[in-house]
Amino acid sequence: MYGFEALTFNIHGGYLEAIVRGYRSGLLTAADYNNLCQCETLDDIKMHLSATEYGPYLQNEPSPLHTTTIVEKCTLKLVDEYKHMLTQATEPLSTFLEYITYGHMIDNVVLIVTGTLHERDVQELLEKCHPLGMFDSIATLAVAQNMRELYRLVLVDTPLAPYFSECITSEDLDDMNIEIMRNTLYKAYLEDFYRFCQKIGGATAEIMSDLLSFEADRRAVNISINSIGTELTRDDRRKLYSNFGLLYPYGHEELAVCEDIDQVRGAMEKYPPYQAIFSKLSYGESQILDKAFYEEEVKRLCLAFEQQFHYGVFFAYMRLREQEIRNLMWISECVAQNQKSRVHDSVVFIF
Amino acid sequence: MEYIDNLPSMDLMRSEKMTLVQLIIPVESAHRAVSYLGHLGLLQFRDLNDDKSPFQRTFVNQIQLLENFPQVKRCAEMSRKLRFIKDHIHKAGLMPGLKQSPNPASQPDIELEELEVQLAEHEHGLIEMNANSEKLQQTYNELLEFNMVLQKAGDFLLSSGSHAADQETELDENIHTIDDYADTASLLEQEMQPGPSNQSGVRFISGIICKSKVLRFERMLFRTTRGNMLFNQAPADDQIIDPASNEMVSFSFFMGNILNSVEKIVFVVFFSGEQARTKILKICEAFGANCYPVPEDTTKRRQITREVLSRLSELETTLEAGLRHRDKALTSIGFHLARWMNMVRREKAVYDTLNMLNFDVTKKCLVGEGWCPIFAKTKIQEALQRATFDSNSQVGVIFHVMDSIESPPTYFRTNPFTNAYQEIVDAYGFHKNVAVGRVCCNKRNAKIFLHFAFGVIVGWLTRLVKFEVSGNVVVLMGYLFGFCLCEMYLKIYSSVGRYQEANPAVYTIVTFPFLFAVMFGDWGHGICLLLGALFLVAREKKFGSQKLGSFMEMLFGGRYVLLMMSIFSIYCGLIYNEFFSVPFHIFGSSAYKCRDATCSDARIVGLVKSGETYPFGVDPSWRGSRSELPFLNSLKMKMSILLGITQMNLGIVLSYFNARYFSNSLDIKYQFVPQIIFLNSLFGYLSLLIIMKWCTGSQADLYHVMIYMFLSPFEDLGENQLFRGQGVLQVILLLLAVIAVPWMLFPKPFILKKLHTERFQGRTYGILGTSDMYNDEEPRSARQPHHEEFNFSEVFVHQMIHSIEFVLGAVSNTASYLRLWALSLAHSELSTVFYEKVLLLAWGYDNLIIRLIGLAVFAFATAFILLMMETLSAFLHALRLHWVEFQNKFYSGDGYKFRPFSFAALNDDED
Repeated sequence: MYGFEALTFNIHGGYLEAIVRGYRSGLLTAADYNNLCQCETLDDIKMHLSATEYGPYLQNEPSPLHTTTIVEKCTLKLVDEYKHMLTQATEPLSTFLEYITYGHMIDNVVLIVTGTLHERDVQELLEKCHPLGMFDSIATLAVAQNMRELYRLVLVDTPLAPYFSECITSEDLDDMNIEIMRNTLYKAYLEDFYRFCQKIGGATAEIMSDLLSFEADRRAVNISINSIGTELTRDDRRKLYSNFGLLYPYGHEELAVCEDIDQVRGAMEKYPPYQAIFSKLSYGESQILDKAFYEEEVKRLCLAFEQQFHYGVFFAYMRLREQEIRNLMWISECVAQNQKSRVHDSVVFIF
Repeated sequence: MEYIDNLPSMDLMRSEKMTLVQLIIPVESAHRAVSYLGHLGLLQFRDLNDDKSPFQRTFVNQIQLLENFPQVKRCAEMSRKLRFIKDHIHKAGLMPGLKQSPNPASQPDIELEELEVQLAEHEHGLIEMNANSEKLQQTYNELLEFNMVLQKAGDFLLSSGSHAADQETELDENIHTIDDYADTASLLEQEMQPGPSNQSGVRFISGIICKSKVLRFERMLFRTTRGNMLFNQAPADDQIIDPASNEMVSFSFFMGNILNSVEKIVFVVFFSGEQARTKILKICEAFGANCYPVPEDTTKRRQITREVLSRLSELETTLEAGLRHRDKALTSIGFHLARWMNMVRREKAVYDTLNMLNFDVTKKCLVGEGWCPIFAKTKIQEALQRATFDSNSQVGVIFHVMDSIESPPTYFRTNPFTNAYQEIVDAYGFHKNVAVGRVCCNKRNAKIFLHFAFGVIVGWLTRLVKFEVSGNVVVLMGYLFGFCLCEMYLKIYSSVGRYQEANPAVYTIVTFPFLFAVMFGDWGHGICLLLGALFLVAREKKFGSQKLGSFMEMLFGGRYVLLMMSIFSIYCGLIYNEFFSVPFHIFGSSAYKCRDATCSDARIVGLVKSGETYPFGVDPSWRGSRSELPFLNSLKMKMSILLGITQMNLGIVLSYFNARYFSNSLDIKYQFVPQIIFLNSLFGYLSLLIIMKWCTGSQADLYHVMIYMFLSPFEDLGENQLFRGQGVLQVILLLLAVIAVPWMLFPKPFILKKLHTERFQGRTYGILGTSDMYNDEEPRSARQPHHEEFNFSEVFVHQMIHSIEFVLGAVSNTASYLRLWALSLAHSELSTVFYEKVLLLAWGYDNLIIRLIGLAVFAFATAFILLMMETLSAFLHALRLHWVEFQNKFYSGDGYKFRPFSFAALNDDED
């Protein structure tokens, strides 16, 4: 019932919404980032973080710190919070929360499959996986030789199974195949998530369709740019775009035929929301496109908190926290490698 | 007026006089001075570096001037090491707390630097020992598992009847093939008949896996081999520690068998084909299953088993020796641990405090500001002198008093008796904060708010029901819920009385137990409570030194409140003549008797008066008679109104004392006077009527009098007239009340506005700020004035709210005191029900068992419902009467608590 969420939302969702809003206010602020950027060593970073909500997670780390430890502990906090919310959630919120992790699951599958292809140690790969995207038999992915086996052996038990219907081939796995698989999976996942949100309806549908459309469009642009100069045909490229979003369908037609980045830019500038992003870039430059997209995303995610009684806040919070962890990772890396001049290159301020 | 001024001063009435002091400490004696002040615990430092981030502060990083100073970071690192060691001691099952030396002062103090070195050594040693024993432990566990696999897998192989002793396999190979050249065509057949299939190329892998994973493991195997395999499993006999998990298993080897172990399953997979082998091995790896080679041959198997067992026993002795060694090391550390932790904690607190100080211009001295009670000035000076002397400093510490504009913190010196009452009053700050919704949205607050809101809602809902169901068990649950949570978070939010304003705790000491007793009046129950309270008081020393559970702690904290409450309930119970609802003739014989000898019509017709009035309290003969309820209701209702009016008047009078103390004549003239007139012209008059009615025995209907005083003030009172001239008096009182309302609403804001404009008349420029030099020296000093804007509309709205609140409150608060009547009625009715319907009913049967059951039910009902729940309910209602009805007349409660820098408080905060 659109517009009447206020009546019933709090019965099941009120507690968790309060929790997530509380979590959100624990995000680092611009002042925190300014302080972090001035740090000289990783210990300073730890020192500063100990005054924030990350404090309890870092306090027992012995002193020669590594960037990975910081990121690991920060991720652990996010995972703890996620698990807390998931155990408290009821339908349909619990399904919604689970949907959020499928993206990580896809990434993990791809990571392990690529890793085994290059004959890495499975344990080592497992450590690199995002903890939110873990599932039971993830380690057995290494057994599979081709897509069909991958599906039949492992993924049939996971929530990703339905997304696989489009990419079952008997071809042996190679880098290109895997990349195509990742994007096909992502496409199916985003479309499924989009449908799910529409089914929930109300403010959730409204806000999530905005956020997911942005995600789909960003992926479309990235696919187009990355596939320039590869053997991917136009039709294949067209197939990887998700069937919703601001660019669907006409923008996709244009993107599909782009041959260089300036054509992509030409196609995108017809859409007012993206015009602003591309106008920041000078011609021929794609390095800071990622950052521009991230900034736009963060802006939209923050806006999700302006409205009440919808599930978008959970998605937004998880994304914001991930962005924050990316920021922390970048800052710590810059500090660790004495590249402090580059610290501001990739940090996206959240507030 | 002089008489009031000459009253002896009450310690608890006003909070301690505080003063802002400035310390200028030479750098070399700073550390010692601050730690001496910490021992003293009477000075609250102000943070002068509020605007600086943690690592810009002086003592976080080493600075050139203070090279010998350990930093906060070093303290943090040391406390991390201590936590690490403590964890290990706990895991090893040694209790450091008990082994702590009885007299820590007798041990020689060691320097912090020395401690740091020692700690580093200990940590290093521990880590090394762990690494060693971990390796050993891992081998040990592997062997243990191997042994298990050998046994179980051997059983399978035996049972499958394979005695192909002619072909032997190598030990170090995981896979044992009987026949390398399998006939692929007969795969299906082999699967059907696993027993005699040895000749046709079946190989097997044996290993061990966690029980939780075994189902998925089997399914995965089935899928990969497309069903061409046979999976045999048997549970391992003992719980085994997983050798792969590095989870400090070695640490607590003996306890580990219970703590870290998992149930495991031994499996043997039969399959055929080289490809299947690699796949199965990969799956084993992925699932964390450990594979061990098992020879087909029985004799060989026995031989290996023997070898394994002998190595196991060797390892066991080695491990035990290592363990003993480690335990010894840990015990010796545990001996000092508590003291070291204390020391590091203090050190860290000292540096945190030093970080609040500022450098002066020359960078040779540290400048600090803080609040201290005036009585403590000499003690602080002594401590500072001692510090100067002990650190051989050339220059003494300069200590001088400063003026301040900021309000000082509130500090009461309480003793164990008054402390609980002070806490009750301080808790009001939280109540108020929630009420005005000042709870901002962060994680913790959101939770608190939700919980509290829930408690309040449940309380309100059940309260609506309450008037229909006279038992108030339901009400209580709601309040109980809200209150328990409220209690839990009190420590976070208590904001205390404004500096030097009248402290309600003084009166609460008596009024709180009294109002409680009015609701809980029963001298039987009172005696039970008294025994409990006396027990707590008598064991004070014992309980005070040990850690109690949260509930017990609450009880113990309020032991003196409980004591007073029980004494007052005995008193009130005597007045009500209630003893588990059994009437007693304590003070002589009753004034009433029945109409006839059988006394059968007492309930219907009533009693006749025969003798003198019963000397003290309620006449016992009335119990169960017709006039019992009407009489008690009338008595208790009127009494609650009288008590309420008295307490509210006391509140207003206290607001007069406050205004006088802060010499605020405006508040006296335009707030105190109209308020007291308003309240007393309406409800004071009602009290007068009540007393008069009691004294004269008049039949006048007071409802009628009060209602028609408003509806038609000029009408004749008729039979309801109590004294001559009542009609005229009523008109006058009504007029006074009507005048009092605009009196308290309008003049004050207008006068304030006039004063403001007069003060700033002709001033076109603002006051010049203090010079930059001065600002650099003392940023954020309490001396700098706040520039306040005068906003007339805001002041007026505030005054309007205040007046409306008072006028409406006069009615609703008076009605609110009726809870005294309601609760006391509920209490006596409940106890009557339990006595008559349970105990007497059971006693009616001539059966021992029924009587015993009846007695048991009565005892439980009395203990849990009447003594526990009712106590809590009456407590909460008394609390509310004090917080809302009494305190809102004069208590602003917006001060902040005095939190001196003290090592003693530091120890309490731990855990």
